[in-house]
This record gives sequence, C-alpha cells and structure tokens, in this order.
Amino acid sequence: MLSLDRVCKTYPNGVHALDAVSIDVAPGEIVAIVGGSGCGKSTLLRAVGGLDIASNGTVSLDGVTIRAPHEKIGIVFQEPRLLPWLSVADNVGFGLDHLPKAEREARVREALARVGLGDKAQVWPRELSGGQAQRVAIARALVPQPQVLLLDEPFSALDAFTRADLQDHLLDLWADRKPTLILVTHDVDEAVVLADRVMVMRPRPGRIFAEIACDLPRPRDRQSAAFDVVKRQVLAALDRSLNRQAETQQQTSAEAGAAMWW
Amino acid sequence: MSSAPMTLTAPNGTSVPVAGSSARGGTRAGLIRWSRPLLGLLVPVVLALGWEFAVYAGLSNGRLLPPPSVILQTLADLAATGELWRHSLTTVVRVLVGFGIGVIVGTVLGAIAGYSALTRRLLDPTLQALRAIPSIAWVPLFILWLGIFEASKVTLIAVGVFFPVYLGVMGAIMSVDRKIVEVGRAFRLSGLALVRRILLPAVLPSYIVALRSGLGLGWMFVVAAEFLGASEGLGYLLIDGQQLGKPAQIVAAIITFAILGKIADGLIVLAAAPFLRWEDRFGARADAN
Repeated sequence: MLSLDRVCKTYPNGVHALDAVSIDVAPGEIVAIVGGSGCGKSTLLRAVGGLDIASNGTVSLDGVTIRAPHEKIGIVFQEPRLLPWLSVADNVGFGLDHLPKAEREARVREALARVGLGDKAQVWPRELSGGQAQRVAIARALVPQPQVLLLDEPFSALDAFTRADLQDHLLDLWADRKPTLILVTHDVDEAVVLADRVMVMRPRPGRIFAEIACDLPRPRDRQSAAFDVVKRQVLAALDRSLNRQAETQQQTSAEAGAAMWW
Repeated sequence: MSSAPMTLTAPNGTSVPVAGSSARGGTRAGLIRWSRPLLGLLVPVVLALGWEFAVYAGLSNGRLLPPPSVILQTLADLAATGELWRHSLTTVVRVLVGFGIGVIVGTVLGAIAGYSALTRRLLDPTLQALRAIPSIAWVPLFILWLGIFEASKVTLIAVGVFFPVYLGVMGAIMSVDRKIVEVGRAFRLSGLALVRRILLPAVLPSYIVALRSGLGLGWMFVVAAEFLGASEGLGYLLIDGQQLGKPAQIVAAIITFAILGKIADGLIVLAAAPFLRWEDRFGARADAN
C-alpha cells in the first residue's frame, strides 16, 4: 500500500507547490492525477519517486518512508531519457546491474519482446522513433519489477495514434504483474481510459480537489456512453477546480475539443 | 621564410584527421574511400612541386627556402645518422610525460570542480587567474626552481596541457543534461557509480576534444621549452638550424613536428572512436558518405 500523508512541498524560492495532499493507493490500483498546469502534479509524483523530498508529511510504501529513490518504485518521464551511449538492450538493463549477466540478458530480452521491440535490442537510441523510445523507457522502468510505477505525462509528446496505442500497451503490460500505477496527465481521455480513480488537483497551492471513481470494465471503449459520462465528470471537476464554475456544467461540459484538456 | 612552412604544414595538419575518420566510417566503394585522403594532399603537393620547379628553373636561388628535394635529402641524412630518431624520441618523451601529468591533474581537478559547487567556488577563481598568465612566463621561474634539465621542461608542458583539459572536463560535467542525471538518481546511483555510469560517458565526447586541444598545446610548449636551453630534441634542431644557417634543417624539423603531431592526434581519435559510435552528430553524416 502506497500512502501519502499530508504531503506538503514548498520550494526554496517560496513557491508553495503542494499543500497537505493525502492519498492511499491500493496495490495494483491505477490512479490518474489531472489538473491545470502548475497545480503541483509533477511535484507530487517526484515526491513519491523520492526525487524531491516533501517539506512536510510523509510518503510511505508498505510502511517504509520514502526519502530517496526506492527500488520498488519505477518512474517513466515525459521524455524517454534513454542514455544515448548505451544500446537499447543496455538501456533496458540499466537498473539490473546487480544481477548476473545471464539473468539480466534474459530479462532484458523478455522485456523488449514484451514491448514489441525484440529486434531493436542492439540499436542505438537515436535510431528509435518517439513512440519506440518511450516503449523502451517503460520497459526500463518495468524490468526491475517495481511495486509502483510512476508515469509523468508519459505520452504527451506523442501523436494521437501512437498515444492511444501506447495506452493500450501500458494496460497490457500492467496486467502482467499488476503494479500500482500513478499517472500524471493532462489528457482527460487518457486518465479515463487507464485509471481506476481520477484525482483532480487544483493549483496554488496544489491540493486534491476531487476524486472520481472510474470503474468501467476493461478494455474500455473510448466511444461508449459510460466512458463519456465519466469523462464529463472529470472535465466538470477540472473546470470547477479552476473556478470556471457552473456555465460549463449546463452547456455540456465536454465538447469534442475538450478531450485534450490542457 | 616564414610563409613557406605554413603552406607545408597547415594543409597536412587540417586535412588528414577528416580523411582518417572517413576512411574508417564509410562502407562505400573502397576506391572512393581511399581516394579522399589524397584530395587533402593535392594543395601541398602542387605548392611543393611549384617551388621545386621555380628553383630548378632559376627563378629563385632557394637558399633561404630550400626546395623540397633538398629538405627531403636533409631529412634522409638526419635519419641515416640516427639524429632524427634521437631528437624525435627526446621530444616525444617530453610531450608524453608532460601531457600525462597535465591530463591526470586536469581531469581530476576538472571533475571535482565540475561535480562539486563548493570546490568550484574554492578553486576555480585561482585557476582562472593562473590561466590568464601566458604559460611561457613561467619559464624563468621553473628554471630557477627545477633547473634547466627535464623537470622544468616537462612542468612547462604539463602546465600548458592542464588548462584546456581542466576547463574541458569541468565545462562538460557542468553541462551534462540534468534529466539524464536524474535517470541515474531514479536508479539509486550516487557518488562514484553516478560518475562512472552517467557522467563519464556523457562527457566523453567533450573530453576527447579537451585531450586533443591539450595535446596540441603540449606540442607548442615543448618547442618553447626546447628553445630555452636544450641539447637534444626537435626544438634544439630548430635553434641549431637557425644559428648555423641551415634552413633545410629547420623545415625538416618542422615537418617532423607536423607528422608527429598528426600521428599523436590521430591515435587519440582512433582510440576514442569505438566509445563514441553512439553519437548522434552532424559530422557523422559527412564522415559516412
């Protein structure tokens, strides 16, 4: 169980990025965090990942407080951030340095095959497309078999087709071992496609504004009415979080254009 | 007298590295690959032949600037007596030792200053102030301290090599992409492991450049050192040629410098190439076709 207990973050320059955020995430749960820019969602994720330390409050995984990057927590960034001097296979195996060579290679091979890039093992990262590179980044984060996988707007730099493709792919990978997923996104569709629970944050200081359960059966049909209902709930909550009240609720909160919510 | 060595050495010095790396990088027809280095030889060869002809035809007496045939004869004579090897070896050893010391100290201090802001604030202003001193200005002091023999020469070379290496390493480490370093942190690397697995590979391309400019300065300073009281070395050959009025010997020594410098630089490039194949750089395309 991953617990955030009144996590606060104030940066040295005085910016109050997070204010008493508390969330409990069950093992295997997928939580999406959406919110306007500057609402602290990336800060929150970095605190969970141990890359930033909360100024107040605690993040704990199964009772162990997280103060630095933890082996049970993997992270995928917005950019693939592959190491250009390592082959794709070595990038995937980057976190497996402690394993014997044979086992490491076997796991890397399996992981690459799993993301559909088995033939790219010996290629340099520069030769991959954006979507392929992000798949390698996901494989790199998953191959140490983390209990929690954090994703910071992982598909935002990709085109719409690749994005939908990778969302399905991520769910498929998740189904293997069912790690806890925490996904920061600004794409409401993405949140509703993936998450069991959508947390809407509001900015200045960042805090949880609303929590929307999203228990549609998987695989989810992006065109279904039930999908649309949840999506409208999230969009309405987002609008309210920015004090852009009522008006949108009546005049159909979600116009087509709002699918990509910035 | 001063312009002729330039035309002889400069084309050599600039054209051959490009050609060398293209010959290895390309996979095209061998003929095209092997003919490309020859392109760089065209200008010096034409100039040399022109000068040879001018002297042969009596347009110039070739006394102050000997024609290529005389220079080659001088080189052959120096080689035959074994003098060329003796002087070259002395110079090469001086450069190697000075370069080695300069590189080690420059790398260590540059790495520490790049990695730790505290060390940088502490050390860098002093080193930058020292860097502003023309290195030749140290010579009298080094001779007083270390005598006129090898120690002072090697020290001068080491000082010359130190600064470009120090600056290159420090700058390279400071400009490593924060996002890449964060990947290392996310995988719980710190200290030495972070340096070895993230910082070192990331700075390698700039490090090679720093080594090459350091080596270039090493050759420069070995001449300065050998001008100031040496009984051996290519720099001594230069001075000897000047004092005894043997321009052919001067040009021969200059050509030897060009060849040795080129070989040394090529060796660095060659040694680094296998570690830099990952680079996604503009120049790689020019090398490949």
